[in-house]
Amino acid sequence: MSNIERYLRKDKFPHIWCPGCGNGIVLHAFLRAIDKLNLDQNQVAAVSGIGCSSRATGYVDFCTIHTTHGRALAFATGVKFAKPELTVFVFSGDGDSTAIGGNHFIHACRRNIDLTMIIFNNNIYGMTGGQYSPTTPYMKYASTAPYGNAEQPFNISGLAVAAGASYVARGTTYDAAQLDNLIIKGIENKGFSLIEIFAPCPTVYGRKNKLANPVDLMMWQKELTMPVAKWNQLDDEEKAKYQPTGILTDIDKPEFCDEYAKTCAKAQKIAKGELIS
Amino acid sequence: MSQAYKEKRRFIQGNEACALGAIAAGCRFFAGYPITPSSEIAEVMAKELPLLGGKFVQMEDEIASIAAILGASLSGEKACTATSGPGFSLMQENIGYASLAEIPCVIINVMRGGPSTGSPTSPSQSDLMQAKWGTHGDHPVIVFAPAYISEIFVDTIHCFNLAEKYRVPVILLLDEVIGHMRARMDIYKLSADDIAVIERRKPTVSPAEFMPYDTSDSLVPPMAPFGQGYRFHTTGLIHDRTGFPVNDGLTAESETIRLMKKIYENESDIIEYEEYMTDDMDIMICTFGSTARSAKVAVNKLRDDGIKAGLFRAITLSPFPRKKLRELSARVNKIYVPEMNLGQLRLILERVTRPVQVPIIGINRINLAPISPDEIYQTIKKGEGYV
Ligand SMILES: Cc1ncc(C[n+]2csc(CCOP(=O)(O)OP(=O)(O)O)c2C)c(N)n1
Ligand code: SF4
Repeated sequence: MSNIERYLRKDKFPHIWCPGCGNGIVLHAFLRAIDKLNLDQNQVAAVSGIGCSSRATGYVDFCTIHTTHGRALAFATGVKFAKPELTVFVFSGDGDSTAIGGNHFIHACRRNIDLTMIIFNNNIYGMTGGQYSPTTPYMKYASTAPYGNAEQPFNISGLAVAAGASYVARGTTYDAAQLDNLIIKGIENKGFSLIEIFAPCPTVYGRKNKLANPVDLMMWQKELTMPVAKWNQLDDEEKAKYQPTGILTDIDKPEFCDEYAKTCAKAQKIAKGELIS
Repeated sequence: MSQAYKEKRRFIQGNEACALGAIAAGCRFFAGYPITPSSEIAEVMAKELPLLGGKFVQMEDEIASIAAILGASLSGEKACTATSGPGFSLMQENIGYASLAEIPCVIINVMRGGPSTGSPTSPSQSDLMQAKWGTHGDHPVIVFAPAYISEIFVDTIHCFNLAEKYRVPVILLLDEVIGHMRARMDIYKLSADDIAVIERRKPTVSPAEFMPYDTSDSLVPPMAPFGQGYRFHTTGLIHDRTGFPVNDGLTAESETIRLMKKIYENESDIIEYEEYMTDDMDIMICTFGSTARSAKVAVNKLRDDGIKAGLFRAITLSPFPRKKLRELSARVNKIYVPEMNLGQLRLILERVTRPVQVPIIGINRINLAPISPDEIYQTIKKGEGYV
């Protein structure tokens, strides 16, 4: 416990999150991961968008950017590409990353730039008071879905895999102990890493969906998810009922900053006449 | 650097001059999204930056492009992006972010006909108001509009210098005419002042004492690059000297006023303009950008006819050279304002010359063609134009 405190801006507490919110559990797991890897905090940048979850950058003692809604990945791309030696994290909500920031999300996956992104998926727009998000389940309630949500939700991890991310993992705040390892593996991956974490919002999602008690929300996570190894053995009909957790993808794939550096070396050789283009 | 810049004299396109100016200013990071008539800037950067160990990336859209250059700038690089109307519209939110968080950056807008997709391959000067007021909220921004090819090169360097010196987004307005025009550029003729490069002021205190928005010794706080021991927070929320959000009205007001002051109290360092035959003029033509080229020819023709015409060309459009204009307007009978829009510069002039009450007449064209010298000459001769 005491070791992770060195990564916190303790003078910024109390934090803005509601009692029972999953965001603190995610942040705690993130700090344990950083601590286990013993990262030099002067060489870490953390970038977030706008939303309850995106306030996380204010509490961690790195170079931090609280950007505009949806744009964290694009800012982070600039930070990392300009200074590839930095370890760069991105914190984002489900709305921030897959609604307004959806385009940046798929392109960061495709580019496979070495960023580690944590999405706090609470199935709702928390900060603005409970409007439905791209991950609000079908027929669940939100302030802008008073009769139930008629839309179909995104499977964020599935989207990342399809878009080309080299590391994708999913976890829950219910199984918080597993999160450290999922995050550590993501940091160690050279390429774009996504860790999608189900982090409940009792205040707006819970209240609207008769799950205002944080424990009920945790139980909902438990019922909804299944370790990926077990899930893989289900037939398709059964698979559709659960969301697999654990490491969903972990592949070797050329990383953008590395590839660009190679391209520069090639360009310089061509300019010197050492190579014919 | 490649041949392009080493040669002392060169037949060069405006957009190319702009890209080379950026490189000469020390820009080593470019992020952009293709759009006519600005794409050549990205193409030159894609070719040149790798040779210098710089970074070029084509992002998924213009919102991402400006976000990426802001991230790179915070990392410590000089960075820019280039676009045209539709892309410039998409960038507005993050231009405000750069203003409030005080992140140096240069945004090049090669103007084309609008609104909407408009006329991609035709010239226009109709983004003047957007450049100044495009993002929401009261905010400072510096806007430059060169008219000649070598001037594009030099002004691009100046834009980077001002962005770094004042920690502000600087918008460079070109238009399709000068962006695509080719002319001779004599690099050897440029003075040391023209091409002098200014670097960002870094903190002198230790990381422990560092306050990211410390304005105790200057309206412009020093800026620390990422990765050098200075850890700080950057936000688009109203924040105090510590960089962290605050929700008190006094700070909101005083910080926003400081942002404006750092520009307005340094107007004399920032503002550039050109006067041509203004000493004894009775009639002033006031314009900017490529239209000024035609206006200069028109002044000569009018002088041939014995009409004492002169030209005032605003190079800096924000902050606007209002003191100089007010002074000049007191000496003339009429002001003609040719511009490829429906009167955006005229609106500014009406405001700044109000104490003088001189008639201001517009020569406005949005017919997808540059305004010719003859159009300006004839309008003035015949006493026509829009009032
Ligand atoms: C361009 C823009 N549009 C809308 C908003 C308002 N807004 C702030 S946070 C937010 C949603 C946040 O939801 P999510 O990303 O899921 O994060 P959460 O608050 O649930 O953690 C919205 C719509 C904004 N700040 N900027
Ligand atoms: S509104 Fe929801 S997401 Fe936001 S802090 Fe409260 S519980 Fe967490």
